[in-house]
Amino acid sequence: MTTPTSGNGYLVGSNLERVLRANHFAVTAELGPPQSADPQVIKKKAALLKGYCDAVNITDNQTAIVRMSSIASGAIVIQEGLEAVIQMTCRDRNRLAIQADLLGAYALGMRNLLCLTGDHQTFGNHPNSRNVFDIDSLQLIQIVKGMRDEGVFQSGDAFSGPEPRFFIGAAAAPFADPVEFRPYRLAKKINAGANFIQTQLVYDVPAFARFMEKVRQLDLHKQAFILAGVGPLKTPTMARYMKTSVPGILVPDALIERMEAAGKPWAGKSKEEITKEEKKARADAYKETGIQICIELIQQLRQIEGVAGVHIMAIEWEEAVKPIVEGAGLYPRPMVAEKAVA
Amino acid sequence: MIVADQKPLNELKSLTRGGENVLVVGCGTCVTVCFAGGAREAAITASSLRMAFKLDGNSRQVSDVTVQRQCEWEYLDQIAEQVKEADVVLSLGCGVGVQAIAEHFPETWVVPGLNTSFMGMPTEQGVWAERCAACGDCILGLTGGICPIARCSKSLLNGPCGGSEGGHCEVNPETPCAWQLIYDRLTGMGKLDVLMEIQPPKNWRAARDGGPRKIVREDLRLAKEEE
Repeated sequence: MTTPTSGNGYLVGSNLERVLRANHFAVTAELGPPQSADPQVIKKKAALLKGYCDAVNITDNQTAIVRMSSIASGAIVIQEGLEAVIQMTCRDRNRLAIQADLLGAYALGMRNLLCLTGDHQTFGNHPNSRNVFDIDSLQLIQIVKGMRDEGVFQSGDAFSGPEPRFFIGAAAAPFADPVEFRPYRLAKKINAGANFIQTQLVYDVPAFARFMEKVRQLDLHKQAFILAGVGPLKTPTMARYMKTSVPGILVPDALIERMEAAGKPWAGKSKEEITKEEKKARADAYKETGIQICIELIQQLRQIEGVAGVHIMAIEWEEAVKPIVEGAGLYPRPMVAEKAVA
Repeated sequence: MIVADQKPLNELKSLTRGGENVLVVGCGTCVTVCFAGGAREAAITASSLRMAFKLDGNSRQVSDVTVQRQCEWEYLDQIAEQVKEADVVLSLGCGVGVQAIAEHFPETWVVPGLNTSFMGMPTEQGVWAERCAACGDCILGLTGGICPIARCSKSLLNGPCGGSEGGHCEVNPETPCAWQLIYDRLTGMGKLDVLMEIQPPKNWRAARDGGPRKIVREDLRLAKEEE
């Protein structure tokens, strides 16, 4: 792994880094900020995740929908006693704004950063906006590494004070096209300076295992910690939607059928016939199956050499994280000393 | 070529409002080739406006003329008389043409009849696609002759992003993923190693971000002065 450079024996010393370097199977969980200025939403979600993950990953205007900023939400999460992984996309900010916000994020106590290109703005709620894309995710990784390890801004200007030290994350899309190039693009991200990798949602374990085989051939799993992305399915409709409409996500038919089977006791009833109670019972049955599938996926992914942990994306369903982490035998989360053993 | 698209008739009516004498000016270069603002389109636009004005019960005059290139003073000199007689000039040139008319005829009210769309080419009969974003610092030598600045929805220099599926861009399934095209071309030519290099942040100063651009060729200027 990348040589630690800070005084405490770690590159950065965030809880996430400590857990990963101690070879524990790491767990991060996603937290989606609200479409409002309400700090209580963040606090409630943080309470659901506290103790069940090593760090909380906070989205940055995900799917190009305006939400409370990742950094501001991260500050609240830290106040609540959790560790944050903040996200930074290249869609909304140029290199000036990105670097300025990262200085501020570090000053506010954030230590982990996920570098993303960002979803295109036409998918979100301001489709007429202008995008930035001054830099891309690879260049962002390089810039953050340059700030941390060389104490320089992108321009080459040196810092006059403390530099922001982030444990640098990047995304990987193992199933997006061109599939054969994906391990190499991951290699580029790691060469650029990524310390940990978070993958797109995995539902097709054999396909992911093939990707990981290539990753191991390239020795990438020894140069960065790879967290497999997982997420509980909520309904069969959601499963089908992800299969057909979200690029880079493979959902095997067997999983969709399993979700459908969970709703069988109520099958054949029309919208008018089904009572409110029955609807709720069916929704609960779907959720239970979705959580069970997620637990099994984690158990299977854990067997793949080179998978260092999981990132749980329970979108607008943070309640699911607790049963998933417990069910997968990943609770309680490890406590790792702040000083590394030399 | 510069590719443009005609504005709807209602917008043309609104833009030329108040002018008793409307002159439609076509352009004989790019917009002729993309069938948006040549002599034929200028004549059709003039006649459509005449009919529209007639239906509205007014007797406004509409005439048309087409010059070889609206973006050069010498061609505009040729229509100086007609421009002088018009209350409003409806230019069917690209944005450059409209501005050239405004600059050359300071007394004349000129409005655009086209939306200037992009720099591109016809890919098949009746279809034009963008190819160049005039970024001022050409990188086609790094990408196998396919431009990600103009053709990738996110202008990525180190693509493809996770939104590439089946060769298409997730932003629009009609748009080929530029990075899939680049990948295919470089693999086909055995040059995949080019893609393994990380391209550094781009110098956008050469693009519009550095302010309005201008090229001064001293060699040509001096030659002119010596005449």
